[in-house]
Amino acid sequence: MTSTPVVDRRALVEQPLPGMWTRKNLVATLLGGALPLLLATLVVALPLLYMVLSSFKTVHEIVTLTPKLLPDHWAFTNYSEAMRNVPFGRIFLNSVMLTTVGSSIKVVLALLTAYALVFVRFPFKNVIFVLVLVALMVPSQVSILPNYVLIASMGGENTYWGILLPGLGTAFGTFLLRQHFKTLPTSMLEAAEVDGAGHWRRLWQIVVPVSGPSIATVALVTIVSEWNEYIWPLIITTDPNKMTLPVGLTLLASNESGPQGWGVMMAGSVLVILPVLVVFSMLQRYIVAGLTQGSLSN
Amino acid sequence: MTVAAPAPTTAHKRPYFASPRNRRDALIFTMMALPNVALIAAFTYRPLIVNLQYSTLDWQLGSRTATVIGLNNYVEWFTSGDAALVLRTTGLFALATVGGSMLLGLLVALALNTAVPGRTFARATVFAPYVLSGVGVGLIWSFIFDPTYGVLSFYLRGMGLSSPQWFSDPGLSLVMVIIVYVWKNLGYCAVVYLAGLQSMPSDVMEAASIDGASGWSRFRHMTLPLLGPTTLFLTITTILNSLQAFDLIKIMTPASDGTRVLIYEAYLQAFGAYQRAGYSAAISVILFVILLALTVIQLAWVEKKVHYA
Repeated sequence: MTSTPVVDRRALVEQPLPGMWTRKNLVATLLGGALPLLLATLVVALPLLYMVLSSFKTVHEIVTLTPKLLPDHWAFTNYSEAMRNVPFGRIFLNSVMLTTVGSSIKVVLALLTAYALVFVRFPFKNVIFVLVLVALMVPSQVSILPNYVLIASMGGENTYWGILLPGLGTAFGTFLLRQHFKTLPTSMLEAAEVDGAGHWRRLWQIVVPVSGPSIATVALVTIVSEWNEYIWPLIITTDPNKMTLPVGLTLLASNESGPQGWGVMMAGSVLVILPVLVVFSMLQRYIVAGLTQGSLSN
Repeated sequence: MTVAAPAPTTAHKRPYFASPRNRRDALIFTMMALPNVALIAAFTYRPLIVNLQYSTLDWQLGSRTATVIGLNNYVEWFTSGDAALVLRTTGLFALATVGGSMLLGLLVALALNTAVPGRTFARATVFAPYVLSGVGVGLIWSFIFDPTYGVLSFYLRGMGLSSPQWFSDPGLSLVMVIIVYVWKNLGYCAVVYLAGLQSMPSDVMEAASIDGASGWSRFRHMTLPLLGPTTLFLTITTILNSLQAFDLIKIMTPASDGTRVLIYEAYLQAFGAYQRAGYSAAISVILFVILLALTVIQLAWVEKKVHYA
């Protein structure tokens, strides 16, 4: 498996077709490329735009049989109502904090494990790697009941560590970084070894600095999935002050059910979705590469 | 996917741990890998075994007592009609979402593969829903599908139609969740298909074009077969993903009988009104067996073919 940006770069290279501007080709380009792409882009973008615009509408513009795209009067009442109903400020901070701490730990754990798997001699390395590889295939959803019983018995309900702990092991990051480390020239590390650098220094001063894009990929994919993580925080938290955004949004949705609540729910959705959308729009290359990783193995 | 060759060892004659250098390396390896491996063992592997044990119990979640009932949870699930309903729903959901997102993904990929300005932007936009919170996405679409105040009902009224009861009709609930799931996931298929299209030998395609093969004929006889490995890979990964769909169902149709897929049923039995932990564990075991079978197929069969691409 190689890292994916190779494919991305090719995707960026425009390939002008010979005789592109003949009338037949122009029609073909429009029908075969431009129009379908425009349609697909609109189908994706319009619901998201509608979410943002609706979050600024008053109840009268939401509970109406003739909805419009733009609000007549831009109002922030939905946001204040969402904050009043559920402690969204606190919940937002919880999500930021848990995502930051959780992703940082996961990236460090992935770095350490991947380094050990590639560069440290150990007799059972393959067994360990297969264990990691198989864990990649086990969805977290099938483990929630036993994990809930265990964490609850340790007093982890409605605690930050209870939300974090079961998800800290990282098979994805380990796997992706291991694949990358295997492509590094061993001569580089051998030279450092001759110079007397131990494994710790070799990891942080040689391997990490040359692995920027791969680490960024792992970090970004981890951040996004921690932020969106749902089923586990849903089960382990009942106290609104300890909830993460997707769980707080669920609570908001059940408190605000009824048509007059749609504006408030859209405001809550904006709080969950917009940060990811902003990060994605800036760094999509890494995120797309990381998430489509397995497809390009060779 | 190859597994690393065994680490070369210098101490063939003596036991491995007799050498101080080996001992030191083993210690370093353990210190670096143990935290992560222990976490994976405790929270990924341990639950698989514990689920097996729970599945033999008649046990209310939170209760201090449980009765061992052997395989009765499995027997009950398969004979009560739950299995028929849930497996049918799971199968329909998987079939429709996999088919839908792959077909639409391929069409978008073909469009992305043409020399159209702005396709880099289009590629990112189409992929975006894949990284967004399922809860947020579910709420947006619940609003759009709202039979009275939703945009969809507005347009349907404009055409003189009344809105279907998306939330109360079980069949329509399933259709609705499938549509949203496909919306969220087709960008993933599009990007993977695009990578497949771009790794295609362009000289062969040009030769076919010069030989006068029409667009459709080139697609049917060359592009599609060459995309075979990609299609195979996507089929397996999107089936695996669709079996884990939880967020959209929980937020959009939590009480509908029409969207009780395996994963949601396992959640509902333990954490819904019934609190039937043993029964839920049995359903989780069944789900895991299905996932495992698909994964084995993927590892044994697909990996080989994907390599070829």
